Amino acid sequence: MTTPTQTHTQAKENQNHKAAESVQSLLLHVFMTIGALLFLAPLYLMLVYATHPDNGIYSGALWFGSEAVNNFKNLQADTNFLRAMGNSIIIAVLYTVVSLMLTSMAGFAFTKYEFWGKNFWFGVILATLAIPVFVTIIPQYILMARNFHLTNTYWAVILPTLANTVGIFYMRQAFLIVHTDLLNAARIDGASEWRVFWQIALPVVRPALAALAILLFLSSWNDYLWPLLVLNNKDAYTIPVALGTLVGLTRVSWGGIMMGTALSTVPFLILFVIAQRQIIAGVAGGSVKG
Amino acid sequence: MLRLRQNLVPYGFLLPYLLIFLLFWAYPLVQSLIDSFDDSRILGFAFSTTNWTRLFADPFFMTALKNTLIILAIQVPFMLALAISLAIAMNSQMLKAKGFYRFAFFAPLVVGTTAYSAIFRLIFNTQYGAVNHGLNALGLPSVDWLNQGTPALIVIMLAITWRWTGYNAIILLAGLQSISKDVYEAAAIDGASKWTTFWRITLPLMRPSILFCMVLSVFGTLQLFTESALITAGGPGNATMTLGTYLYQQGFRSFNFGYASSIAYAVAILGAFVSWIQLRLLGRDNT
Repeated sequence: MTTPTQTHTQAKENQNHKAAESVQSLLLHVFMTIGALLFLAPLYLMLVYATHPDNGIYSGALWFGSEAVNNFKNLQADTNFLRAMGNSIIIAVLYTVVSLMLTSMAGFAFTKYEFWGKNFWFGVILATLAIPVFVTIIPQYILMARNFHLTNTYWAVILPTLANTVGIFYMRQAFLIVHTDLLNAARIDGASEWRVFWQIALPVVRPALAALAILLFLSSWNDYLWPLLVLNNKDAYTIPVALGTLVGLTRVSWGGIMMGTALSTVPFLILFVIAQRQIIAGVAGGSVKG
Repeated sequence: MLRLRQNLVPYGFLLPYLLIFLLFWAYPLVQSLIDSFDDSRILGFAFSTTNWTRLFADPFFMTALKNTLIILAIQVPFMLALAISLAIAMNSQMLKAKGFYRFAFFAPLVVGTTAYSAIFRLIFNTQYGAVNHGLNALGLPSVDWLNQGTPALIVIMLAITWRWTGYNAIILLAGLQSISKDVYEAAAIDGASKWTTFWRITLPLMRPSILFCMVLSVFGTLQLFTESALITAGGPGNATMTLGTYLYQQGFRSFNFGYASSIAYAVAILGAFVSWIQLRLLGRDNT
């Protein structure tokens, strides 16, 4: 039995505890909201500026204007933006599809087979994670420009980036969860190794493929340095290269540039809202230590 | 015969990737090492260490190295502290409206470097940038962000922090969520305070993911190129020139492939060295 005074102090302690918690919660929300607004500000300003002429941007516009169409026309005139967008789409799609094929096949080999040199190759491939791209970029460039004469083609952009280590690592993690019994059952039914991979194993890891696909697409879409090197013809430019040429100029139409950045970013912001789970899983999955 | 076929099957799966890997990664890796020891004044290969000795006497290389190291020493710890706080806040049961915060903090990770470089260059413009408009509205003077050395470096660091904090927070959040609840229950039973729990349990158990983020961020910073090239064009003077922009200048503006290769390998050696230090400091169990 507790005495009335005891219950009283307990209730008071409880109350104090609750008050402390709600202060904590309030502070947490205040800080997070300030942070969130700071993080959103550059994106918001990008959208606002995309709808203003330059003098509107200079005088500090904070709300949407009516010059979106004109800004787009300027952008199109300066860079042939639609062409750049087409190039970017074709390159990113091709890269994503081919890279998914190569990395999932290799990831499958590393998890579901024993073979001579397995650890050696995996070690060598893994080591590439620790090598900066700068080290390979010059011979890659010479290979592309002087040996293969592929400058200004889609393949010049795609081929070297296909040596993508993170993808192999990622697919290897994904295939680890596929039961070998499942694959053996198909083998007993007479399926070829290719069918076992294509029709049994691959469908099981579809969520991982989707997450990796988004990451691969984004990295290709946003790549700047390599396309800048191998594309020097305006008709072959990708969006980042086209935008880069504008930003580097001294006399620029900021409204046009902001329209370009908005057009290359907004689809992914929408995609992010729809596929948050996959994108976050993809980023987190790349970090899984195996 | 069957045995041989079975042994070849995994190579069939591996071969397409391996060919790309050998041609576009392994070969260039070796070739650029050879290039870095080539005397470019002589046609064909002639062994020489001039490219390497030149590095140490080159004031531009030293400036680029210094700038890169300054960014590394300030921006990476700042961003990681921010990302750790963010991951813990996002993991808190107290936090409502998680969807909104998730969008706000993680959205930058879909924005490309050229795109945000353009935005940051515009909003930090001295005459008409939003940041100076904001400072003036608060009664503060404008800052000549992009035409002064230190402010220009700060802009670059803010830009990278804006772009990559959310990315690191996701990795840290995944690490945080993999910590078993039992550990916290045990700590609560032992009467550990929130503060003690954070320092003695959460942080040590997050160490592998923190280490991963650190190594990743160090490599990212060592390869800094787009931001320096597009926000400040390496300027003012050479105040924001990075190893990346200097390599680009030497390799693809002056077509000095040998010297650019030695810069590239210097970056790789530096990356390996810094990672080694990090692994020594954080990788082992030192509790």
